[in-house]
Amino acid sequence: MSTVKQSIKVGLFLGIRQLRRANRSTTILIISIMTFTFLNLVVVSGILVGLIVGGNIANRNQYTGDVIATTLSGNTAIDHSQNFISTVAHDPEVTKYTVRYLVGSNIEANYKTRSDFSTKANTVGGQLTGVNPTQEDEFSTISKYVVEGTFLEQGQSGYIVLGSNLLDRYSSSFGDGFDSLKNVYPGDTVKVTVKGNTREFIVKGIVKSKVGEVSLRAFISMSDFVQLAERTTLDANEIAVHHSALVTDDQMKQRLLNDGFGDSAKIQTADEAIPDFLTQIKTAFSVLGTLIGAIGIVVGSITIFIVVFINAVTRRKFIGILKGIGVSPLAIEVSYLLQSLFYGVAGSLLGTFILYGLLVPAFNAHPIDFPFSDGILVAEVPATLLRILILLIVTLIAGFIPARMIIKKNTLDSILGR
Amino acid sequence: MITAANITKTFQNGDVVTHVLKGIDLTIHSGEFIAIMGKSGAGKSTLLYQLGLLDDPTTGTIVIDDTLTTDLSVGARTAFRLNELGYIFQDYALLPELTAIENVMVPLLMQGKSTNEARAIAQAALTRIRLGHRENNLPSQMSGGEQQRVSIARAVAHNPKILFADEPTANLDSESGQAVIEIFQELHRQGQTIVMVTHEKEYSTYCDRIINIVDGKIE
Repeated sequence: MSTVKQSIKVGLFLGIRQLRRANRSTTILIISIMTFTFLNLVVVSGILVGLIVGGNIANRNQYTGDVIATTLSGNTAIDHSQNFISTVAHDPEVTKYTVRYLVGSNIEANYKTRSDFSTKANTVGGQLTGVNPTQEDEFSTISKYVVEGTFLEQGQSGYIVLGSNLLDRYSSSFGDGFDSLKNVYPGDTVKVTVKGNTREFIVKGIVKSKVGEVSLRAFISMSDFVQLAERTTLDANEIAVHHSALVTDDQMKQRLLNDGFGDSAKIQTADEAIPDFLTQIKTAFSVLGTLIGAIGIVVGSITIFIVVFINAVTRRKFIGILKGIGVSPLAIEVSYLLQSLFYGVAGSLLGTFILYGLLVPAFNAHPIDFPFSDGILVAEVPATLLRILILLIVTLIAGFIPARMIIKKNTLDSILGR
Repeated sequence: MITAANITKTFQNGDVVTHVLKGIDLTIHSGEFIAIMGKSGAGKSTLLYQLGLLDDPTTGTIVIDDTLTTDLSVGARTAFRLNELGYIFQDYALLPELTAIENVMVPLLMQGKSTNEARAIAQAALTRIRLGHRENNLPSQMSGGEQQRVSIARAVAHNPKILFADEPTANLDSESGQAVIEIFQELHRQGQTIVMVTHEKEYSTYCDRIINIVDGKIE
């Protein structure tokens, strides 16, 4: 036991001095490699997952809120909506909410200038959404996503805001299989037909968001909606809620269920409202990122192996001398393990600083503009710690093996360079 | 103190078999200063490596102070070298990233001495060979003669029973070589057993006894 303790002591004595007096450029190079290996391990999977998480966040902020109540299957609206709304409005933990009324509609444009009736009309099918403009904008900040014109204003009637994906010039990437409106701009008039009722609206703005439920809908005021859709009740189709930090999504959902609204509405947290395929894509991307990261680990460990191997080979004579004067192989191995550990820790620390000090804030401030989401960099602390641990273990192994290979060689052969 | 009996050493390279040592019988007494001499390739360094437990003889036995060293395990031989023997190599064999004092401290730390204790002993050893003022210098900052003196300090700091020196003056100018031999003489006067391989006759004259190796045998 004392021999092991002495070996570790001598190993640390040798390792610390080898590191301290190593060539600075080489040390910087190795630490850089370890840093990039670490970043490769964390950032690649983080961006892939962030691509989906970015979409989920946008979905939460612009559409579902933290908890959303939607129409039960088979119903046309949420029964007793006004009770629901009243409860939500008086719940101290609810910070914001919005009420949406939905109905399928047909929107036609350029009908006044249509001269050839043998060709297809300039129409598109879309979900017509009645909202309280002020309430909706406070809830989802939808006006921030209006790319042409402006959003609806409280008290105004006869205006419509179209989702960008209803328009040809924004949805060309979807191909020809989808109908879309051509040559429609703010100020133009469109004809909206709901259940045989038709009314003209002036296009007030175009809203472009990466959340499908925003960019595929057409928005009008709630009063216009009630008139056009001939709703006999004020039962809504969606009630979305943001809550305070004092409760979780699940707790908020449970409060609404406890109030008995589960019988009249489908109540889901934001995560539950994410379509299954998106969750599966998130998992797939995470696995893909881990696989790519694993390749990075292999490359990094081979690099460490080569570095330590070259270091050990070039120092083979000195390793032989150490063994010759009675220094135990364990002490020599410890000295190399210490060096590998130093490279691993230094690379991980530098990488962690770059990750949380630079990359995550930068991605949050400037998300990657993917077609269907604003990709952020997801780097959860437990996952990062796990990757650091993996990197350190691999680094230690990569450092130990070559040192062991050289140490096992005959002492005299090492001293004489045979 | 050292009794070697019927030591042979054979190297095989493919089909080529080379008999370097051909049955050496040798006794070295405690406190002796021995020079092993011979032409290049005669086997003098090979004999030193067998006696110093840096290599295993093909046949034969080596007994050092009642210990049959040829029967020791690898670990026990390493410990024996650490505690009982000291080595000086032709090319000094100092660790380049360690200062003079750190080089001397390594075997002492391995023996279990505390850092402070090892440092004090190493300082004393360096002072003894008149290199106390260079203790914080790296090998690259010292002359060949100074490096070899550090190597001697490392070899003797832990008071080994036997000091093995493989051509310790071969890489040195005559002045530095003379200084090294004078240190050996001083150590010898203090009772240190020294086994030195050299091809320089003028230095062998300082020894108690000269063992001439010719074609793998003692002449």
